[in-house]
Amino acid sequence: MTVHLTRRLFVTSSLSLAGGLVIAVAAPPLADATPLAAAPWSPETSAHAAGEINAFVVVEPDDSILVRISKSEMGQGVMTSLAMIVAEELECDFGRVRVEYASANRNLTDGNPYRSMGTGGSSSVRKSRVFLQQAGASARARLVAVAAGRWGVAPEACAARSGAVWHEPSHRSAAYGELASEAARIRLEVEPAIKTPDQFKLIGTRAARLDTPLKVNGEAKFGIDTRLPGMVYAAVANCPVFGGKLKSFDEAAIKDRRGFIAVVAVENGVAVVADRFWRAKEALAALPIVWEFGEAATANSETFRADYRAALDGPLVNAVDRGDAASAFPTAAKIVDAVYEAPHLAHAPMEPLNATAHWRPDGIDVWIGTQSPEEAIKIAAKAGGVDPRNVYVHNCFLGGGFGRRSVNDELRQVVQVSKAVGKPVKLVWTREEDIQHDRYRPQAALRLRAALGPDGLPKAFEFRTAVGSILRSLGWAKPDSGIEPMAVEGLSNVPYRAGALKVDAALKNTHVPLLFWRSVGSSQNAFAVESFIDEVAYAARKDPYEFRRALLLDRPDFLAVLDKLVDKGDWGKPIKKGSARGIAIHEAFGTIVGEIAEVAVSDKGEVRVDRVVACVDCGHVVNPLNVEMQIESGVIYGLTAALFGQITIRAGRVEQSNFHDYEIARMADSPVIETHFALSGGAKWGGIGEPGTPPIAPAVANAIFAVTGKRIRSLPLKNSTLGA
Amino acid sequence: MLSLTINGETHRLEIEPETPMLWALRDEIGLTGTKFGCGAGLCGACTIHVDGVATRSCLLPASDAVGKTILTIEGLGAKRLHAVQKAWIEADVPQCGYCQSGQIMAAASLIAQNPAPTDADIDATMTNICRCGTYPRIRAAVHRAAELVKI
Repeated sequence: MTVHLTRRLFVTSSLSLAGGLVIAVAAPPLADATPLAAAPWSPETSAHAAGEINAFVVVEPDDSILVRISKSEMGQGVMTSLAMIVAEELECDFGRVRVEYASANRNLTDGNPYRSMGTGGSSSVRKSRVFLQQAGASARARLVAVAAGRWGVAPEACAARSGAVWHEPSHRSAAYGELASEAARIRLEVEPAIKTPDQFKLIGTRAARLDTPLKVNGEAKFGIDTRLPGMVYAAVANCPVFGGKLKSFDEAAIKDRRGFIAVVAVENGVAVVADRFWRAKEALAALPIVWEFGEAATANSETFRADYRAALDGPLVNAVDRGDAASAFPTAAKIVDAVYEAPHLAHAPMEPLNATAHWRPDGIDVWIGTQSPEEAIKIAAKAGGVDPRNVYVHNCFLGGGFGRRSVNDELRQVVQVSKAVGKPVKLVWTREEDIQHDRYRPQAALRLRAALGPDGLPKAFEFRTAVGSILRSLGWAKPDSGIEPMAVEGLSNVPYRAGALKVDAALKNTHVPLLFWRSVGSSQNAFAVESFIDEVAYAARKDPYEFRRALLLDRPDFLAVLDKLVDKGDWGKPIKKGSARGIAIHEAFGTIVGEIAEVAVSDKGEVRVDRVVACVDCGHVVNPLNVEMQIESGVIYGLTAALFGQITIRAGRVEQSNFHDYEIARMADSPVIETHFALSGGAKWGGIGEPGTPPIAPAVANAIFAVTGKRIRSLPLKNSTLGA
Repeated sequence: MLSLTINGETHRLEIEPETPMLWALRDEIGLTGTKFGCGAGLCGACTIHVDGVATRSCLLPASDAVGKTILTIEGLGAKRLHAVQKAWIEADVPQCGYCQSGQIMAAASLIAQNPAPTDADIDATMTNICRCGTYPRIRAAVHRAAELVKI
């Protein structure tokens, strides 16, 4: 039996002692060959592992290295990139590195060793790199100190390499496994310095993802795959109109159905519990439910649209007022003035929301894929009425996140149900619940104006946005909170030079709940700004690339990306009839991404994006392969939104319900995508999970203009008539 | 009582005949590699093989699978990795990974019926949804799998 299996069995026995719960996790057949377990969570034990040097690094007796990952793996590659950062300093073979999730419970009860475990804002590498390098370096220095002590030599005379400490003069070496338990107890007078980028050997190389083997054979355990002895299933109906209430239900109508266990009123709705999910779902469909919809039952998207457009006329709150925009407009040689609109969007991760909970009077175990395991502990503790220190969140692989899994509505519900029925419960939202009860990307209207001088260059920009407040929707900010950063990101930091810049916002919420959606404010603001700058370029009779270039002369980082993009993207070169290229460039989460889209528009007006070339400046790269994958991912996620994405409200509720009317880009819609780098290095470390998304919508819209002469000012494109 | 042959093993299940195969696999037998994505045959996350043909199991009543040969992702590479799985690893396809069981089953069915699929063939048959946008890598992996099968 391998060490690996022993650790898994330990999970079972320790939890049995804690709460009488035996976890039915089968040992994966490929365990010896894979660098992580199918069920990736950390064993929840009070005793630290024997070879644990610090909270992130455990050296196993077989010399393999276990690295704890304190961020959630939702496809963006953190399990690999964060492990690379630790391994870089540890001087071990990356092929001997295994990973598992860090424990959020330990973070709560053991002095916060993992700092913030929330995953979002393309921040995992940016905000963890320094302390992860330090964790690896500090572990390495302790291993060296132990070996040097045993050999009676100075630590400086020893070297760490390939998972062992070496003393060349005496031809001695010791593998990390022999040194680990002692290393954990060593106190150093000074912690070692971490490497600078010129010293990196592993960071910056193409590394295959550690989780790939588990994701080609069905073994990877997502939250929805949790199976526990005695577990029952819950299907939930959320109140169709946001903010409405459950009035009553007729349990008698379904109580005789096969497998029926209970109906439980939960936060926002009602759950039917049965011995199988299918039976629970069918019984729920047959359950007569009476809702109290409330005032929002007459709300609709047409009204929202008119309200947001009207809100552009004020009152507004000022975000940026630089230079004298007011006086630039009356004296302008030309004014460009355009209004852009963006709809609500659902996240629609492939794994519908779900959670499994086992509530007991003295503690709760939870299995879920969450971007916020620490928040999940709080949610479960509050819903279940137990001490948060006795809540264990076993984070799973996330079947997509994109921001949706940063707020776990489903968790509150499943804890309520488990408490009510006294059994472990798996609660699953159907796709219809997922589409109709998301927290959405805000709807927005933007008015952008430019005052041009006689030379065609802008003397002033005036940007206005009317948009919902995400923070107010979440209850994280008060209704009079002024401006939130995500409302004006991409507007306030517009890179284009102009004599004056004025940015104002009207934050206006409806009853529709809002949340962070991949690239957040940049998702709609980049569409507006990069479409607008294209319009201004045409108004000035300039090439869209040359015009952008002229306004970016004091941003060498932007220029480097733009010039390489244009070179690799064949800008200005011939293209087949009925096709054109569109360009866009945007900075988000510390990373600049430029994209050129080659778009064909048929006589009937059908849009086909054939090729997208991207150029990236994220400062430094941990894993170039992963950056390429995230750019591809960001482009296609943004392309879905640009082509098809819209959530509309009628009679207070979401009209769309599944993938037939909330359409998603498929293989046939997918362009060829090429990723290039123009890295500025230095102190810059940008994020990569989101920045690929914002430029694609304007790049495509600008290409459509170049083909058809029709300017797209409202998304999605499917609502525009482009044919003859 | 339904008798189903799944990955070469016979299972006798006490379930309603209309129970979709998806839920029979996941909740009765514990084969959770086949995923729930939409419940309406729209996304393909639940794709399995029924007598060798890629089929969306969320709309397939278990009673319709009686007497048929059912293959799931767990059975595809049970003895050794299937060419499609190898190609998936070589091409670094998965991101979140949730849709990949269905994508791989769809690709394995395509390759079995069409040993040298063109891009147009791939567009027409690989219609499963991936929210991580792994399509360009899936396309490359399908071509690679076709090569691996020939070798």
